[in-house]
Amino acid sequence: MSTERRKERIDRPIKAVTDDIFCLSSIREIAYLVIPRMLPVVGLLLLAFLVPPYWRKVMVITFVMGMMALSWDFMASCGLTSLGQALFFALGAYSAGAANHYLGLPIYLSIPLGTLIGAVISTACIYPTLGLRGIYFSVVTLIIPLMLMRVVETTGIFGGTEGITGLSPFPGIIVTIALSMIALWITFFGLRRLIDSDYGHIFVALKDNDRAVEASGLSIRWFKVQAIFIGSGICCFCGAFMTHYYMSIGMSAFAVDLSIFPIAASVVGGMGTLVGPLLGAIILGPLSEALRAFGSFRVVIYAALLGTFIVMLPEGLFPYLARKYQQIERWVEAPGGISED
Amino acid sequence: MEYLKIENLRKTFGGVVAVDNISFEVEQGALLGIIGPNGSGKTTTVNLITGFLTPDSGKVMFKGRDIAGLRASKITNLGIGRTFQMVKPFYRLPAFKNLVVPLFSPRVKRMGGHYGEKDTLALDILEDIGFERDSAVPYKPASILPHGYLKRLEMARVIALQSELIVFDELYSGLTLAEVASISPMIEKLIEAGKTIIMVEHRLKELFKIAHRVMVLDQGKKIAEGSPREIMKQPSVKKAYLGVEL
Repeated sequence: MSTERRKERIDRPIKAVTDDIFCLSSIREIAYLVIPRMLPVVGLLLLAFLVPPYWRKVMVITFVMGMMALSWDFMASCGLTSLGQALFFALGAYSAGAANHYLGLPIYLSIPLGTLIGAVISTACIYPTLGLRGIYFSVVTLIIPLMLMRVVETTGIFGGTEGITGLSPFPGIIVTIALSMIALWITFFGLRRLIDSDYGHIFVALKDNDRAVEASGLSIRWFKVQAIFIGSGICCFCGAFMTHYYMSIGMSAFAVDLSIFPIAASVVGGMGTLVGPLLGAIILGPLSEALRAFGSFRVVIYAALLGTFIVMLPEGLFPYLARKYQQIERWVEAPGGISED
Repeated sequence: MEYLKIENLRKTFGGVVAVDNISFEVEQGALLGIIGPNGSGKTTTVNLITGFLTPDSGKVMFKGRDIAGLRASKITNLGIGRTFQMVKPFYRLPAFKNLVVPLFSPRVKRMGGHYGEKDTLALDILEDIGFERDSAVPYKPASILPHGYLKRLEMARVIALQSELIVFDELYSGLTLAEVASISPMIEKLIEAGKTIIMVEHRLKELFKIAHRVMVLDQGKKIAEGSPREIMKQPSVKKAYLGVEL
């Protein structure tokens, strides 16, 4: 009997047992499946609490941007390719800021309230455009925040160009980072669960074929409203959170950067995967901070990196890594010798 | 009261009159075939009945109610199901999950009668329609299924919706003779189950075998209506198809 060895992909025998019910036979196989699934949880914990104090602030922003990217990716996988996440962010920020400043609500009320009010106003803003598809929808979402920004500037409502300052702060950086991390987990796992549920399949179907959804007896307008409410709600929470983190609110909440970052993160990480945008945000957030030393030249480096990513890895980082992970091989005994095929 | 009665339906696109004052009736439990050369307004008629287009004028009376201009989803929930000529599956979803979407519709919820988990139910419907249950086919994403299966998936959607009036828009196009031979009995079974069917079709031979009545359209106008036997003899029909008087 020959003792030749051949290479075999690790996931093969695991998959052969059954495709989706994991029937595990060894610690190694358990580790093979569990480690990548633990990464988002453990990785975030390490990032949040092991980085030096200055970088904690960066991590808070990164986590919040991660949520923005998740929201963008969710909306994009419903066929709602938005170029205006800044709109949702700003509406959440202004709602929470106003609730805190004018109504005097404490922080633990103003953030949820700001999220809710922001999401309702956001959905109302987008509602008239729901008949549009593809690029037409995108362009309108790009216009609305720019328009509202000038409205705030001209009319001087909510402090106009100076904004509102002196909002209630968070109790401390540890609380802030823990809250943002928990919110990111909830967003990430919540959206994943949603997309995998039967109800979530309707959102997937919306992008694949909205006419067939209509022919299935479901109103596409009503489900788009729900998708926008969920997607914008996440961004509104980000806005409300950052308002209190910065203790001020201003026109910068409408900045185009806030619309671009989620898209960049999704492109780098891999669109339509939810893990991808999270990964992208965790790479791009600290990266843009690290490039701060270059002054305004950092935009060039940042843009060149992005361009390289898009050209070299159009599918995104996560699908690439996932594929490579599935291709990891190990040596196994081949008792009958190696066959020709 | 007529089951489905179309009165003076008209639709123009710019200067083109796609559907020009068409009127016809369908009795409950009947199978009406709509035929005609390319561009004669067959699919436009279907879109007008099912709400995917709004007619310029005219009425679509379904069980005594004018449904012209209602939203497509609303009409679907009233019991008019349709398939598309160009298949429209949800590509990213597995085949059986494609049926979970119609199973969410208000109509299915209201009708009740569907017992059990949505997944099981979807698999049952797919099995009836010719997906091998124990194979991997129902679990594959729709994007990698062959055309024949996607056509069946279109049919499965109206079955999942428990539609009482079903409009098939060129169901047979792109199917092999064997596939048509396996789908035709399913349509006859639907008729036996009391459904009313409108079939827009180019495959005349197969259609004439099962149709009770046939309507012929040409350039947006109705030029003939009658039993398949009568229609085949009409000189105007031959002229519309062949362009010459025989």
